[in-house]
Amino acid sequence: MHDTLQHYATSVADSAGQVIGHGASGHGETFNFQHLLDHVKDSRTVELPGFHIELPQLPPVHLGIFVLDLSPTKHVFFLLLCAFLLIIGAVFASRAYRKTFVPHGFVNLIEMLVVFIRDEVVLPNMGPGGIKYMPYLLTTFFYILFMNLIGLVPYGATATGNIMVTAGLATVAFFMIQISAIQVHGFKNYLMHLTGGVHWGLWIIMIPIEILGLFTKPFALCIRLFANMSAGHIVVLSLIGLIFMFQSIAVAPASVALALFINALELFVAVLQAYIFTMLTAVFMGFGIQTDHESHQENH
Amino acid sequence: MEAKAIAYLAAGFGAGLVILGASYGIGKLAAATMEASGRQPEVAPQVRTAMIISAALIEGVTFFALIICMTLAIK
Repeated sequence: MHDTLQHYATSVADSAGQVIGHGASGHGETFNFQHLLDHVKDSRTVELPGFHIELPQLPPVHLGIFVLDLSPTKHVFFLLLCAFLLIIGAVFASRAYRKTFVPHGFVNLIEMLVVFIRDEVVLPNMGPGGIKYMPYLLTTFFYILFMNLIGLVPYGATATGNIMVTAGLATVAFFMIQISAIQVHGFKNYLMHLTGGVHWGLWIIMIPIEILGLFTKPFALCIRLFANMSAGHIVVLSLIGLIFMFQSIAVAPASVALALFINALELFVAVLQAYIFTMLTAVFMGFGIQTDHESHQENH
Repeated sequence: MEAKAIAYLAAGFGAGLVILGASYGIGKLAAATMEASGRQPEVAPQVRTAMIISAALIEGVTFFALIICMTLAIK
């Protein structure tokens, strides 16, 4: 029984420990926080029911002065798995539209989500010119959604609970925000926006602040997604770890009930955080591509 | 008191303060939503959507602080 519980605790795994788990992990006989963080950190083994897959360690790649370690880890595995599932899902969904505008079955759910993103996220924030950026925003939404949800099934790991993954997503968002602004207004106008429209004497103060503002928004996106995903899992693991800490089975009913409740809350948070990431990216892109004289399109 | 002890103490206090600030803010948010929904039930869905978005943003800031607390607690 101890073994299966520990296996479940192992399976609710993902990162956070990447950033904060550098402390000396004293693996003593007593249960301590480091044991818990080990279940939440990235690792080199993928656990499936019944067996481990040890991921290979590839030799480091030298690019000039940079040495890259490109060996796959658990989170890379789940990143690729979610990308694969996303591609399969998108191909399957688009095939249903080949013969008719109104498909049957599960594709209707996907259509509902796509129309929701178009009508509530893209059009109000970015106007009609935002439709051409919809592929990127839809990919962001569904990718983060899949990654968050796969972390909640047994033996799944939340790739978005790794700060490097969310940093990558935020970097792509950063580039997309700048690229959309440059595409709509031209590079010179984009630079003019960086000055904020003040008198040229104030540019020396305004430009560093604006450039800093360019970076804080994706940074906040990154940290928000990472912290929401990893904090939820740490709470669930802590609640189950209470059983191990007290070393008695009597704690189990309360602990499992609380863990169940937190897991349900996490389901909600997973969907909500995917939506928030997409919506904030759309809002920031909308700031970049709007012109001052355009009227806001109301879709309610 | 050694540094590790103060770090643990600070992590505990920090977590308490974080939850104080966050729950106060989100509580005010929820109160405003309920008043607005009671006053004008037709706009209740839109108000509810805006509430959820604002709550998620406030929680995002909360987690910034929580990560700092956890960094102290790992020491």
